[in-house]
Amino acid sequence: MTDDTSLRAPLVIEYPFTRTTGPVVGAFLTALREGFVVGTRASDGRVLVPPAEFDPVTNTPLTEVVEVGSEGVITSWTWVTEPVPAPQRPAGEEPPWDPSVDAQPFDRPFAWVLVRLDGADTSLLTVADVEDPAQLHTGLRVRIRWRAEREGSIRDIEAVEPVVSGEDLP
Amino acid sequence: MTELSLPARFEGVEMIQRVRIPARLAYEFTAGVATSRFLRQVVRKRLVGERCPVCTKVYVPPRGACPTCGVATAEQVELGHTGTITSYCIVNVAFYGQAMDLPYVSALVLLDGSDLPIMHLIGEVPYDEVHMGMRVEAVWEDGDEMEPTLEAIRYFRPTGEPDADPATYGEHV
Repeated sequence: MTDDTSLRAPLVIEYPFTRTTGPVVGAFLTALREGFVVGTRASDGRVLVPPAEFDPVTNTPLTEVVEVGSEGVITSWTWVTEPVPAPQRPAGEEPPWDPSVDAQPFDRPFAWVLVRLDGADTSLLTVADVEDPAQLHTGLRVRIRWRAEREGSIRDIEAVEPVVSGEDLP
Repeated sequence: MTELSLPARFEGVEMIQRVRIPARLAYEFTAGVATSRFLRQVVRKRLVGERCPVCTKVYVPPRGACPTCGVATAEQVELGHTGTITSYCIVNVAFYGQAMDLPYVSALVLLDGSDLPIMHLIGEVPYDEVHMGMRVEAVWEDGDEMEPTLEAIRYFRPTGEPDADPATYGEHV
């Protein structure tokens, strides 16, 4: 008796990499943990956010780290109607990291946005937390909403929200 | 390292130098028809390879074809549960997901009558006594409900026989 069907089984491969950041990315992540944003100044005077480690024109190391604002304008955006959830794991097989990093930032519709922060000349990819895509447009003024518990990750920026003029936010 | 000029806000702040970047890949593994034939025999504590009709080499676990001759393997060859260590590694470094206490030995075992070593654990012997040519035998898991995986063999342990003549496994190192 032979069974000529193929066996199948789930196979999960996980690599818990730790990587060194280098001084520039380390400064960027440290600033996020402290609740502000930095970039690097390029040879042509532009401020690059997120910071580049090397000049895009001359290829020389960039060493001037500059702080930029926590507000800016949306330069581009895309609406996500069906966010991707974190993968299901068998009970007892929790990874040694926050499983939410495997999911998209929100379990409700949201927007990926490029935001040019005040003082920056390039745009940072992050997420906008609004209920409806009609609330978004290019040029919209937004402000970073920081996560309360920050660890030095891009996810320390929970989202950007529209700045409502005249509203007195803390 | 290049010296940075930093804004004053960084004064007294401990700088981040390394971060954890986990990567996860979730697959459904398909064993293939030939390997599935093998695994269904493992459940019954049998090790069955397949022979190439051209070069007569016996592959275990079988993949369904001979990689040298490029022809399908069909003849089933039941193998014994003893073999020879052709190579080994003493694992001393802890890593995520590790199931074994350190140090342990992972080895390539050439089952008698086969031409392709399988990788497995070596047990019941101090790690520093494991060596090439050592004769070993499979120690199976207990119970009637075996899973179709090589983990049905707990490990290989020394048989106590004299070492194999290098000529008998040299081709497979």
